Amino acid sequence: MTLAQQQPSALNFDCETGNYHTFCPISCVAWLYQKIEDSFFLVIGTKTCGYFLQNAMGVMIFAEPRYAMAELEEGDISAKLNDYEELKRLCTQIKRDRNPSVIVWIGTCTTEIIKMDLEGLAPRLEAEIGIPIVVARANGLDYAFTQGEDTVLAAMAHRCPDPEAAALPSTSSRPSALGSLLNFGRKSEDSATAEADYLDHPPLVLFGSLPDPVVTQLSLELKKQRIKVSGWLPAKRFTELPALAEGYYVNGVNPFLSRTASTLMRRKKCKLIGAPFPIGPDGTRAWVEKICAVMGIEPQGLAEREAQIWESLQDYLQLIQGKSVFFMGDNLLEISLARFLIRCGMTVPEIGIPYMDKRYQAAELVLLEQTCRDMGVSLPKIVEKPDNYHQVQRIKALQPDLVITGMAHANPLEARGINTKWSVEFTFAQIHGFGNARDILELVTRPLRRNQSLKELGWTNLVREDARV
Amino acid sequence: MKLAYWMYSGPAHIGTLRIASSFKNVHGIMHAPLGDDYFNVMRSMLERERDFTPVTASIVDRHVLARGSQEKVVDNITRKDAEEHPDLIVLTPTCTSSILQEDLQNFVERASLSTQSDVLLADVNHYRVNELQAADRTLEQIVQFYLQKAVQTGTVADQKTSKPSANIIGMTTLGFHNHHDCTELRRLLADLDIEVNEVIPEGASVQNLRKLPQAWFNLCPYREVGQRTVQYLQEHFGMPWIDITPMGVVETARFIRGIQGILNQQGVQVDYERYIETQTLYVSQAAWFSRSIDCQNLTGKKAVVYGDSTHAAAMTKILSREMGIHVAWAGTYCKHDADWFNAQVSEYCDQVLISDNHAEIGDAIARTEPAAIFGTQMERHVGKRLQIPCGVISSPVHIQDFPVGYKPFLGYEGTNQIADLVYNSFTLGMEDHLLEIFGGHDTKEVITKGISANSDLSWSSDGLAELNKIPGFVRGKVKRNTEKFARDRGIQEINIEVLYAAKEAVGA
Repeated sequence: MTLAQQQPSALNFDCETGNYHTFCPISCVAWLYQKIEDSFFLVIGTKTCGYFLQNAMGVMIFAEPRYAMAELEEGDISAKLNDYEELKRLCTQIKRDRNPSVIVWIGTCTTEIIKMDLEGLAPRLEAEIGIPIVVARANGLDYAFTQGEDTVLAAMAHRCPDPEAAALPSTSSRPSALGSLLNFGRKSEDSATAEADYLDHPPLVLFGSLPDPVVTQLSLELKKQRIKVSGWLPAKRFTELPALAEGYYVNGVNPFLSRTASTLMRRKKCKLIGAPFPIGPDGTRAWVEKICAVMGIEPQGLAEREAQIWESLQDYLQLIQGKSVFFMGDNLLEISLARFLIRCGMTVPEIGIPYMDKRYQAAELVLLEQTCRDMGVSLPKIVEKPDNYHQVQRIKALQPDLVITGMAHANPLEARGINTKWSVEFTFAQIHGFGNARDILELVTRPLRRNQSLKELGWTNLVREDARV
Repeated sequence: MKLAYWMYSGPAHIGTLRIASSFKNVHGIMHAPLGDDYFNVMRSMLERERDFTPVTASIVDRHVLARGSQEKVVDNITRKDAEEHPDLIVLTPTCTSSILQEDLQNFVERASLSTQSDVLLADVNHYRVNELQAADRTLEQIVQFYLQKAVQTGTVADQKTSKPSANIIGMTTLGFHNHHDCTELRRLLADLDIEVNEVIPEGASVQNLRKLPQAWFNLCPYREVGQRTVQYLQEHFGMPWIDITPMGVVETARFIRGIQGILNQQGVQVDYERYIETQTLYVSQAAWFSRSIDCQNLTGKKAVVYGDSTHAAAMTKILSREMGIHVAWAGTYCKHDADWFNAQVSEYCDQVLISDNHAEIGDAIARTEPAAIFGTQMERHVGKRLQIPCGVISSPVHIQDFPVGYKPFLGYEGTNQIADLVYNSFTLGMEDHLLEIFGGHDTKEVITKGISANSDLSWSSDGLAELNKIPGFVRGKVKRNTEKFARDRGIQEINIEVLYAAKEAVGA
């Protein structure tokens, strides 16, 4: 690597045709309905949307999900039927059968094209049936896969209560000496020490939907630095959405939440902490450090903790060091994962990504560049809106050791002797925080470990020579 | 608007793509928004396809919405032509793009001026037909296109083959056990000394479609896909056809007699009665199975059947006519073909149920309380909930219904497979029942391994709550590892932080 390449803006950004494979953003209902336990997601779309959800969700569909399709029929498209009356009929039925605390309408491509005014209909219907209705336009015309969650959370951010309206925020209320004297019960003593565990800092709310165990782990990670997480968007229940007000600090835990971030800044007047994302031990450390820095706190014991985690990853690191990984791009986690894998000793020729928000991901991009310099590897090419056909040609030329890709390409590439990892698994696995770094590497190394055990069999290339790409 | 959680047949473009990608060297282009190319995932996963699915999308995005597709569709067609050199490119609208009402036919005509390949626009209305109807229509459309072209250029091969021969029509990708059925049909025809002329669309080349008329007759084993094509071929080329599904011993015999009739009419005297008798009595085990005492135990047992029309109708006949099982009701989601289904099964079951509403089907199962269900994956899950065994006989299906091993449903080997399927479903039910009567297996709770038994460690309430969030099948291991971790470090009470510290330390 030459010195010239070490300029601050040395990352090479490219943009292709956008002919790539990804999940439709309505897939976010699959994890969000599980996360927000009292919600019901109504996807207003066609058979195509329904068929996608049904197939993408696999067995989940049979578990009486709290989501359904409002399947549009010919009468809806030609406006023979009245949208309001139709939605009222369905939402009343949902209220009767499930009694949710919120109904989330997911607008789709079809509602966009026929210009169904969901934002206009929702407040009227909400007043009439007495259940909050949140509208998110998570459609394939505008967004890819995980960006669906972004549209839902951005819509939910508007529903976050003001602190005065919500219960008193407990951040600044230190227990008085008198209070401690008057309380003899063990329980209140516990909560008193719990409060004392935190420093006095402005309220911090994190955003991004993560499984509850990961929420706990990240909150504990900040607790070690005596930083209190006042709330989390989304919470376990819609009725527990965090309070937000001007001056609150917010931080996103996932790279695809740029709309939510700008909504929180512009509409809720919160201050965004732009940090790398807590993916991998390096990312987690940088994330904690950045939050500490903003809060004016000197982080404690982070270097040791990171070193400890790296130490525990040694067996996996040996498998991947010096190997190359190619991201075809479909879920927006690519920059963070590439940065972590470079730190692990891999090389990354190409990072495909559906959409690149350079402002929201700024800190992550800086860390990526820094990591490349530290590890002495060349900077990856970042390809926005990739073209899968061209990518397959590049993969054939480069012969990378691992391709992280969607299921549409995984089997055909494997048959051509190229190791693949299915990218969607990174979306559903627990990958955040120190404790889950191993889970990422477990995913990344699985094809390598599997193929190592098959290596001697001579079954690498399983398509005939004349087969087309 | 309709509140829907589950659908039995997919949208129309899936049917079109199933036909297009079944042919060799045919490329499908969807006029669709990002994410609608989910078909590729299904084909790659369910069929474990080694090759890239020849389907791409011409993406409809915000710009297309504002300005129209303009050159985009044409460019994508010509680009695919140059990259892959397909014989045919099929442009298919999706339900989203069909509302845009762009003149796709015009794009197709413009593109075909500059492509080597032929270009067709799939003629399907997304709001009127489903996956199966669309597949049926698209197959007819492609056959018609190439035969008309062959007639015009005088290249159509309508000289009959010297030996009796047949076309097998309707084998598709993502079809339920289609590959195995096709192999079994080939074997059956070989036994009858009949050549297979063409199999379409699976594995066929569109260049060979001009040879379809040289077969003596057509076979259309599935009710859903191929009907229109064989009717077209009869109308324009006078080709006789059989649409009896050779599924079950009696129907297979009827199928073979149908072939015999056709060949005799065309002047070849054949007599397959001996063959049918040998196969039925000695080769296929199904007839003997129905006579054996195993099957005697199934007499009068109550079953329900649900699926596409082909499989549900055939299964109902097998259960009722060949095994003496009482079919309480038989149903199908092929509402567009309800009359045919009614006519097929009404004498073999108490009631016929035509519905594509899974909740209605689920309720009907719960009310009937059958001893076994034969249905789709959805009914299998209903069966799980109600603790009734279920044999899967029809799409929609999961990956386990694309077995690697040889499992046809058609022909004489098919009868064996079905006998196993039926028998296994019922015995499992019996076993469960007996276990319940005699108090079941040992309970799972008492099994503890090693060190976590009689633990002296205490768990805090938050630690315990967190532990309970861990999936059941690994919880025991996590608990043991955490306690070992705590014991090693002299920690008395295990709280949430200890739990995660242990996880980091040992990767529990």
